[in-house]
Amino acid sequence: MLLNPADLQAIWLTIRLAALVTIILLVIGTPIAWWLARSRSRWKGPIGAVVALPLVLPPSVLGFYLLLAMGPHGPVGHLTTILGIGALPFTFWGLVLASVFYSLPFMVQPLQNAFEVVGDRPLEVAATLRASPLNTFFTVVLPMALPGYLTASILTFAHTVGEFGVVLMIGGNIPGVTRVASVQIYDHVEAMEYGQAHRLAAVMLVFSFLVLLALYAWRPNARKG
Amino acid sequence: MDRITARFHVTWPGFTLDLDLDLPGRGLTAIFGHSGSGKTTLLRCIAGLERAEQGYLSFNGEVWQDQKTFLPTYKRPLGYVFQEASLFPHLTVLRNLRYGLTRSKAEQNISLDHAIELLGIGALLERKPERLSGGERQRVGIARALAVSPRILLMDEPLAALDLARKQEVLPYLERLRDELEIPILYVTHSPDEVGRLANHLVALAGGSVVAQGLLAETLSRIDLPIRLGEERGVVLEGIVSERDEEWHLERVEFPGGFLWMRDRSTPLGHTVRVRIPSGGISLSRLPQQDSSILNTLAGVVEAIGEDDHPAHSLVRVRVGESVLLARITKRSAAALELRRGLPVWAQVKSVAVAQ
Repeated sequence: MLLNPADLQAIWLTIRLAALVTIILLVIGTPIAWWLARSRSRWKGPIGAVVALPLVLPPSVLGFYLLLAMGPHGPVGHLTTILGIGALPFTFWGLVLASVFYSLPFMVQPLQNAFEVVGDRPLEVAATLRASPLNTFFTVVLPMALPGYLTASILTFAHTVGEFGVVLMIGGNIPGVTRVASVQIYDHVEAMEYGQAHRLAAVMLVFSFLVLLALYAWRPNARKG
Repeated sequence: MDRITARFHVTWPGFTLDLDLDLPGRGLTAIFGHSGSGKTTLLRCIAGLERAEQGYLSFNGEVWQDQKTFLPTYKRPLGYVFQEASLFPHLTVLRNLRYGLTRSKAEQNISLDHAIELLGIGALLERKPERLSGGERQRVGIARALAVSPRILLMDEPLAALDLARKQEVLPYLERLRDELEIPILYVTHSPDEVGRLANHLVALAGGSVVAQGLLAETLSRIDLPIRLGEERGVVLEGIVSERDEEWHLERVEFPGGFLWMRDRSTPLGHTVRVRIPSGGISLSRLPQQDSSILNTLAGVVEAIGEDDHPAHSLVRVRVGESVLLARITKRSAAALELRRGLPVWAQVKSVAVAQ
């Protein structure tokens, strides 16, 4: 057996986390990216900068603030307590919420770029062909921005798989709940289990390479917007 | 008769559009002007793609825009042809054509088959836009606009992005639309040739305001307005090819008030053609000229005399039957001939100066 059950559990958890985060970000990233691509508001700059923050911020900083926010005395924690959900830190859903923030730019920026490439004209054409704005989005913008959606989804998924600092701050290290693959490797190394760390690390390496290969091999054939 | 009433006031940095227009609800109205004259902005305001801060727009009595109302573009019963065909790249020609058709709730007065036939694109339906030539793309774009059964067709320089050969390919289709469709067409252009060939009505814009509007022949022959198509002022006559002189390669064009011999362009007999006669191609005399190289001599009456650009020249409007010609002659000649209103004159039209 290449990987022991704990490793497999960690990988399965990682995949579930990354898939969930990608789906959530597809839903909330689309309107944010759309607004950033289309708006002429003076808030466009500040909002764009906030969305990009996780790109430059150390994950521990982001994790620290999220921990405070989600803690029993933070605004998010307050809300979740009232709603009867309880505190989010050290739960799977806390990890999901933190990852959504952490991976936000990887979804929003490719989408924003794709929407900008689509431009105004197809929207105007659709309007003269009786399509309402919402209908235009689903029948014209979405198909034309499909390459952007694929890029954004792959990047978001891969980036969530690769997170470590935020997980440690928010999720800790609970097997089956918050112990993702990157944390599992860290544990193996801490416990001097270099053989097992090697195998899991190799799986991650191959995975990352395949993801990027898919992305780069496929991009040049992408239809131009 | 149906009418379109449009009043728009748009202020942008360095540009003001201030228009008050009453457009006919029939035929092709050319909106003519140089770049920056506001012609495209006007069309976009009518389509609702641009929102004038102050505006009023009614189409056959329906208000599309006033202080309270602004009907969004997708609810206006119009068809719009953009300068670049702007076909949806992810759809085939047929699915581009059906895109608007399936969403249009209007009574189908133009069937998809008719639109396909009008534009001659039956063979292209399964292709993707990237596999069409520029002319084909524009024809598909026009058919797509027609397939929604619009009650008005707006065209924004549909030929401007095409080369000369492609223009010649698409122009006959535009003539067919003008002659066969019951709906008004607003046609934005900066090309004198397209106005001369296509327009029934003319709206001339300059610097965001209307310089002239009216029937094409009347507007072009007004001597109080500096309306010109191209280099020189002139009029456009519409006539029917009635005879062919095989020996001398000429064809005879019959228009209301007379006829002209022109070089043979192999137009089938009975067909309607348009002839543009620049004012410099006409000379005037009190008596019919006998031993002249000029082929076409028309009897007319001086209707008005006005100024041309240069102080040496006068513009003389001569009525020939139901038609009107505009002649540019020197003031010295005008004095020598003692030209005045009501004077019968002979107009010599140089047939080489005549062009479609």
